[in-house]
Amino acid sequence: MSSIKTFKPKTEEECASIILEGSGFEIQGGGTRAIGKLDGVERNILSTAAMSGIIDYEPAEMVMIAKAGTPLADIEKALVKGKQRMIFEPLDYRTLLGTKGKPTIGGLIASNASGPRRFVAGACRDSFLGARFVNGKGDAIKAGGRVMKNVTGLDLIKLLAGSWGTLAPMTEVTFKVVPQVETEATLVLHGLTSEKAARAMAAAMATSCEVTAAAHLPENIATGFKDVAGKSATLLRLEGFENSVNIRIEKLKAILSAFGEQSVLNDKQTKAVWADIRNVKPFSDSKDKPVWRVSVAPMIGHQLVSQLGAENAFLDWQGGLVWLQMDEKPEADKVRSTIAKLGGGHATLVRASDEQRQSENVFQPENAAVTAISKRIREQFDPLGKFYTGRMG
Amino acid sequence: MSSVEMSDAISTGIQMPKPDQAILARRAEIVAALKAIVPGEGVVDDPTEMRPFETDGFLAYRFMPLAVVLPETTEQISAVLRYLAEAGVPVIPRGAGTSLSGGAIPQEDAVIVGLSRMIKILDTDYENRTLTVQAGATNLSISDAVSADGFFYAPDPSSQLACSIGGNIGMNSGGAHCLKYGVTTNNLLGVKMVLVDGTVVDLGGEHLDAAGLDLLGVICGSEGQLGIVTEATVRLIAKPEGARPVMFGFDTSEDAGACVADIIGTGIVPVAIEFMDKPAIDICEAFAKAGYPMDVNALLIVEVEGSDEEMDDMLARIVTIAKRHKVKVVKESQSATEAALIWKGRKSAFGATGRIADYICMDGTVPLGQLPYVLKETARIVDEYGLRVANVFHAGDGNMHPLILYNINDPVEAQKAEDCGMDLLRLCVDAGGCLTGEHGVGIEKRDLMLYQYTQEDLDQQMAVRAAFDPEWILNPSKVFPFEARGNERPSIAAE
Repeated sequence: MSSIKTFKPKTEEECASIILEGSGFEIQGGGTRAIGKLDGVERNILSTAAMSGIIDYEPAEMVMIAKAGTPLADIEKALVKGKQRMIFEPLDYRTLLGTKGKPTIGGLIASNASGPRRFVAGACRDSFLGARFVNGKGDAIKAGGRVMKNVTGLDLIKLLAGSWGTLAPMTEVTFKVVPQVETEATLVLHGLTSEKAARAMAAAMATSCEVTAAAHLPENIATGFKDVAGKSATLLRLEGFENSVNIRIEKLKAILSAFGEQSVLNDKQTKAVWADIRNVKPFSDSKDKPVWRVSVAPMIGHQLVSQLGAENAFLDWQGGLVWLQMDEKPEADKVRSTIAKLGGGHATLVRASDEQRQSENVFQPENAAVTAISKRIREQFDPLGKFYTGRMG
Repeated sequence: MSSVEMSDAISTGIQMPKPDQAILARRAEIVAALKAIVPGEGVVDDPTEMRPFETDGFLAYRFMPLAVVLPETTEQISAVLRYLAEAGVPVIPRGAGTSLSGGAIPQEDAVIVGLSRMIKILDTDYENRTLTVQAGATNLSISDAVSADGFFYAPDPSSQLACSIGGNIGMNSGGAHCLKYGVTTNNLLGVKMVLVDGTVVDLGGEHLDAAGLDLLGVICGSEGQLGIVTEATVRLIAKPEGARPVMFGFDTSEDAGACVADIIGTGIVPVAIEFMDKPAIDICEAFAKAGYPMDVNALLIVEVEGSDEEMDDMLARIVTIAKRHKVKVVKESQSATEAALIWKGRKSAFGATGRIADYICMDGTVPLGQLPYVLKETARIVDEYGLRVANVFHAGDGNMHPLILYNINDPVEAQKAEDCGMDLLRLCVDAGGCLTGEHGVGIEKRDLMLYQYTQEDLDQQMAVRAAFDPEWILNPSKVFPFEARGNERPSIAAE
């Protein structure tokens, strides 16, 4: 693979001319999300890392515009200064994958990497307002805008979010930010089975308490969390002004009293526990084992785990997000056929050996009609096939 | 409007392609084929009965369709689309026909495929907090169906009593409460959709996010150009314990605008922040007798949710902020009746305006910091046209709704109003915003698209459109200006 070249354009124009002159580009941000199929196809790297810097950030507007290669750390630093945050809780894959480097805002959006708040506050894609990108013909394109309500034309940015750099390199992104909250707290229910936990989480979500995260850690997983160790832990997070959080915690405790033993985590403990859940810390010490990220209906998550007989799994998003670590092989067919049998969803093999990434479908194969439309869409972004798409293949 | 010749367009500013004579000549054959697919009363071809379908909420334009078909099942829609696509007949998908941008207005050589007979709720799942419904059901029927059990569906366009969920998906509709809960795209989990060739696809479901490319994301807001959605799975949300509005009066729009930015900036997320200017206050008060102050130039209605204790706390914070911005009148509702009265004025804004004049409701969005400037410029531009304007809008997200008042039976004034509206939309784009926040492009804003986007931007959108509908059968005269279409795409020039 000696012919591999890495291109790091500094401007959109430079990016366009590189695309016009070459081909076989794998688009890369910080390279921290090494997820996807490995098919042995030789390719060049088109990195957005040199297009870096915040272009516009006025906290009162609750919008930030940044070049796609801007390190997330720079963005978060600016947001902390403006007392704001990204509502979807960006997932940092370095913990799980052991990758090095600096995650970029473009890479974050391209991987649509949302954390625990996703099931109530939307995914990364829902905070994403606009972008500039260069298509495979070398045209610089603007999609979306900088305002929160915008239905002008086709919503192309939804296609870019979660396209893992296979549609086009983004050069600039615009996204919504929100004020930080005054405080947060977590109600913990101890010792529930996964099935009871699913019911408790559904009951919590049916209240007006505005739970912003709901996860279940079975006993063997909870052991790794010092503040909840001992028994299984079902965690329900509340955020807001201190008065309001206190009122709602008491209300939630009363509503869920039938589910048994309870405790409450304070602001600091809450931040720590949800950061570890978000970044899949429980599976960070076993890097040789495959990990699935599964999206199903909330009440299906625990059923999936039990039908697979999986011993290393935990639930986020009220049970709708299953983090599943396999002992040896990914067992893709078994995982996906069980999901299908339970009513549908999808599974992404986010961590696997190079060999497994060659032999398995990392992204869930879709039905013929959807595959055909997606293929035509890709051709419309990249008619000459300049960009490497095998990653999602 | 009875004096107007119905089959002709009232205004002439917006071009539509001349009907394809070959299709018109085959009308009897096409109608017969549709009747074979959708038996009974599912095909409307009598001119009198087709009248209600010749326009939508954008009343200034109307065209009689070739025929109207009202299927009852996804299978029928599939067969209808397969037939019409093969026959090369344009298709106009229609929900309830409440579009304010002409998204559902037909053309004379097109068949309307309406969803009005597909209104069933198919599944309600409280544990997973989802509901699956046929696309012709009204927006409000969803919340009504789950309200007694403590849930609601969040997007709430003003037309929610009438508008369909299929139309909401087509336009990615918002509403007053989307500041907190998001618009349709943020609340839509899955669809069943018929592609132009009759293929039925299921996208999404009760789970979150797409396995591959986010097709659901691009379908939402595609204005009926990518396929016809026949079923939708939406997110349900637990109802808040209570909701309470507070009303503020200010001397200037600038003060009101700064107050909005300050409220949001502190981390309070009201469910709604509605703004009304002096003409809107006058109109609404005359109609609704809501007790609005008459000696202020800008009014804000801020609504918060939660338990009584929480609402007291939040409202106290909001009032403190308003005082920093020279608020002149503060009116907190002490009872449900008072709360309803505060909202009554705002909610009757469009109806009340309609009683005193015809109006065009514009829909641009601007960055929050630009609100005071855009309001000032709006007043100046409308004044230059010798017209009047009332502003009622969702201030929390910068989505403006200037109502330009005019007389629809005066062709000169009607043209002025249309031109003035276009200038106001250009103003929104110039201020860093967009042409439409929630009403859609339709035909109304179609010819301004090159003001917001470059030819290359639109080429990319049209290319994605073609990935779904290569022959441009679905709603072909909408969204993309003819001048940007080139030779290969249907346009006026291509005839």
